[in-house]
Parts: sequence; structure tokens; C-alpha cells
Amino acid sequence: MSQPEVLALRDYLGPELKGRTISDARHVVSLTDILGHSSLTGESRDLSGCSVLLATSSQLLSALVMIQLDGVVRRMLLCPPDLHSDHIQALLAQAEVDTIVTDRPLPGCDAGTYVVIGACLPERPGTVWKTERATEWLMLTSGTSGLPKIVAHTLDGLAGAVVADGPARHRNVTWATFYDIRRYGGLQIFLRAVIGGGSLVLSEPGEAIADHVARLRAGSVTHISGTPSHWRKLLMSGAAADFSPHYIRLSGEISDQAVLDGLARSFPGASVGHAYASTEAGVGFSVDDGHEGFPAALIGRNCDGVEMKIIEGSLRIRSHRTANAYIGAGAPSLLDAEGFVDTGDMVELRDGRYHFVGRRGGIINIGGLKVHPEEVEAVINQHGSVRMSRARPRKSPITGAIVIADVVLADGTDAACRETIRLEILSRCKHSLPAHKVPAVVCFVERLDVTAAGKLARTDA
Amino acid sequence: MSARSRIFKAMQQIANEQNVTLPPLHDDLALHDTGFDSLAFAILVARLEDDLGSDPFTVAEDAAFPSTVGEFVRAYENVPA
Repeated sequence: MSQPEVLALRDYLGPELKGRTISDARHVVSLTDILGHSSLTGESRDLSGCSVLLATSSQLLSALVMIQLDGVVRRMLLCPPDLHSDHIQALLAQAEVDTIVTDRPLPGCDAGTYVVIGACLPERPGTVWKTERATEWLMLTSGTSGLPKIVAHTLDGLAGAVVADGPARHRNVTWATFYDIRRYGGLQIFLRAVIGGGSLVLSEPGEAIADHVARLRAGSVTHISGTPSHWRKLLMSGAAADFSPHYIRLSGEISDQAVLDGLARSFPGASVGHAYASTEAGVGFSVDDGHEGFPAALIGRNCDGVEMKIIEGSLRIRSHRTANAYIGAGAPSLLDAEGFVDTGDMVELRDGRYHFVGRRGGIINIGGLKVHPEEVEAVINQHGSVRMSRARPRKSPITGAIVIADVVLADGTDAACRETIRLEILSRCKHSLPAHKVPAVVCFVERLDVTAAGKLARTDA
Repeated sequence: MSARSRIFKAMQQIANEQNVTLPPLHDDLALHDTGFDSLAFAILVARLEDDLGSDPFTVAEDAAFPSTVGEFVRAYENVPA
């Protein structure tokens, strides 16, 4: 019986492409001869068909082990760095994990219950493993304070957008991402580097932005991705001056016009694109015309086999790039009866273009009238002196809630101008938004927190 | 500046922002004659909480919402320091 050809990461890593590397702040590993080396310590075990938790301290080790295990193990659960250790036990059970690959002690994960294998840089020659199956890639959802959900993908689905864009289009480029590659947005960039024949420069937690940019320059990074919050942080830092990538990609949050324009001004030589993707819905589309939102013509079925529709204001996506299911006993259904993922991202049609207005769950209710924080932020961010903003609800004894805006001003803004700026912000909001969406109070703050997943922190919202 | 003058100043500012023409403010003026809608009052209460450090309408469980400007001002004046 013939089986359809299954490709794993190793099948994109032939020795014919020289000079390919993957690096973090401390190490540079050659991808050219990676397949002949092992990143697993101890006796060489047969991991064929195992269910593996991949919990390494660094992204680099995870990247190397993903390359080694994909196509061999049954499933591979990627542990992002901010995963709370209290959640590990429950996730191990839900994902039916039998083997743990790690380079650090994990609470409750002793060798008696699980096979525990160490991870290391690939210094030793090892057996070249063969692709036997389509490994299930398990990723965790972000943005919830409780137990994250486990989302199952295949490499075929994860790489759908990479293949559709034509890997050759970005051949021999050096990618970087502000994301962690164990999250969906970062994994996309890892796959673009591996499948597209390029190199990758990883981010490093806690690294000063100037040092990070210095590494991006030293690594000759040409293509780079992050969330709008990541990019605002870079623009605010003043560290971007000597960095000149060819391609800048935004995803993971709403790319408003202000951040797109800011990037176009700061990186005149770069093309700037924003993509829509989520852990569950996969990559929906990317937009390269420099405008926020997306053309209404994308609704329906496009040539890449991605089908989108809008029901009750939220974007629904059906494609082979979406996740297959949530994993675990009693897990909710990820796809509706027709195979669509309800993204929970709300859109509005204005002038032939759909604009993202916010998350369904993030709505602020002002005496029965609804506000998405993001639509208020998009207006505030257009002010030239504003670097970043966050709209949040505050309890009101009269209307239940009102909108408060926290605003970070651009470096060098004279504190004496704050009252003028406050009035200008309110005036812009009044001009663009109905009265209940205009912030009741504008607070100037030094900084706004960004989560480990690169998104504006809304935890106190 | 007294609580009263801070309240009147905030009301004038919100009236300007909301394009409301505020009548002369005095104790017997009914709140519904100020031209403020519930959103304007919600904004006023939020800003006064920042300015004066209290929100008498949320703090007290049995707080009745005032009906005149005078009652509104007294709610702030009566907040224990």
C-alpha cells in the first residue's frame, strides 16, 4: 500500500545549502550539517511513536530537538517559556505524554513516570533519523490565566502559508522574530527559515533592545517579524537607526495605521506587511499594501484554499492551515460543523475594507453600549506624540464602566505639553468615535507592559 | 481649592468637551437640568475620584444618587478624610 509522501523538517535540511545557521545570543549552530548530529543526550533511544513534551530552557535547544524529532515521534508538545509549572502535570496527562526532553529539572516529572531525555547543543555525531510519520505538533494557547488549551497541528498545516508564499521567494534570507518560536507566531518564522532555506536569529529573554538590534545587524537579518507591541517598543527605543531589514512583518495583534506608518517612516527600504494568524485558525492571510485592515475581497475562498466569512461580526476561517482539534479529555470542539474556526476577532466593514476592532471577549460595556479597547487605541495612536496606548474599562457607579486611556508619549515629549496633547487626543477621539467610546480619563504613563507572547498586557482590564 | 470649586471646574471642562452649555451652577439646580447625560456624569465621577481621591457613590452601599447640584457636592464634602 502506498502512502502519501510525508515531509518532515529534516527533509528541508539537505547539505546542499551552505552557510545556514540558527543562533541566539550565546551560540551559533550550523544548519548545513545538522542532520548528522544529535541534540539528545545519553544513550540513543528509539523515540519512534513516542509522545514528547519538549521543555527546554532556550529556544535554540527546542529548535534543534524539533528538527530531530519531527517525523519520528507521534506528537510533540512545545512548552513556551512562560508556562506556569503548576500546569505541567495536567498538560502531560491531557497530551498523553510518555517522554520528556528537557535540559532542566521539572517539578513532578521524574524519571520513574516518564522517560526523561536531556537536550544539548549538537556537538556529537548521531544517527540520521528517518521520517516515518506526520508528527502531531501540539501548541498551547496564550492569553488565558488558567490552564492553557492544547492545540494540535500538523507540519503540513503549519507550513501551509510558507509553502503558499513560495519558499523560493525568500530563499537564502536571514529571518528573525521577536516572538518565542514555541508560540505560533514565532514557529511560523522558524518554519520559514528552515523550509525556505534560510537562517534564523532568535530572540533572547531579558536582552536589552539595543543588544538585540546589534545581534540582528551582526547576523545580517533581512526578514523580521513581531507583534505591533514589539515593533512599537523597538520604535520607542531609538535603537532601530542602523538596522535596515528588507521585510517587516506584523502579526498577533491589530496592526493599526499608526504603527504601519511609523515602520514605513523608520524603515524606508523595507516592505511592511501584516498577517492575520492565530494558534487555532492558523495563518489566514497577509496584507502588503501598507493599510490597516484587509480588502473585503479576501472574504470568500481564495486561491490558497483559505476560506473566510464573517458571522455576527467575527471572522471565521476554514483552511488546511487551521488546527485540527483541541487535545485532552472533554476538550471543546475547535471547528464548527462546517469546519470553520471562530476566531473571536471582530471586524467592521468601512469603505470596502474590513478593519479589526477587537476581541469578542474584550468588549467594554458602557451603559449597554459596546466599545472595543483596540478601536480607541487605534485613534489615539495616530497622534504624533503617542508611542503606545491602552484603553481599559474602569467601574462606574453610573454607566457600569467607562473607558480610561493609558498613554505612553514619544521620547523627548515636553511634560509641559501634556495638557495640550490630552486635549488633542480627546478631540481626535470625539471626531472619530461615538461619545461613549471617547476616553473619560487620559492617563500618561511611563510604560505599558507587554506579555511574554508579545501582546499588550490587558490583565488588569 | 474646595471640593465645590473643583467639582464646578470639572463640570465646566466636561461641558466644553461634550459641547454642553452649562447653566449657572447653584445648589438647587436639578442635575437633569445641567444638560449632562449619564455618560457625562460617569466621566465627572471618574475624574473627581482621581482629583479628590474618592467616589462617594461606589464607596457607600446605601448611597442614593443625588438629584441636585447641592446634594452632589455634599456627597463629596461628606466623605470622611
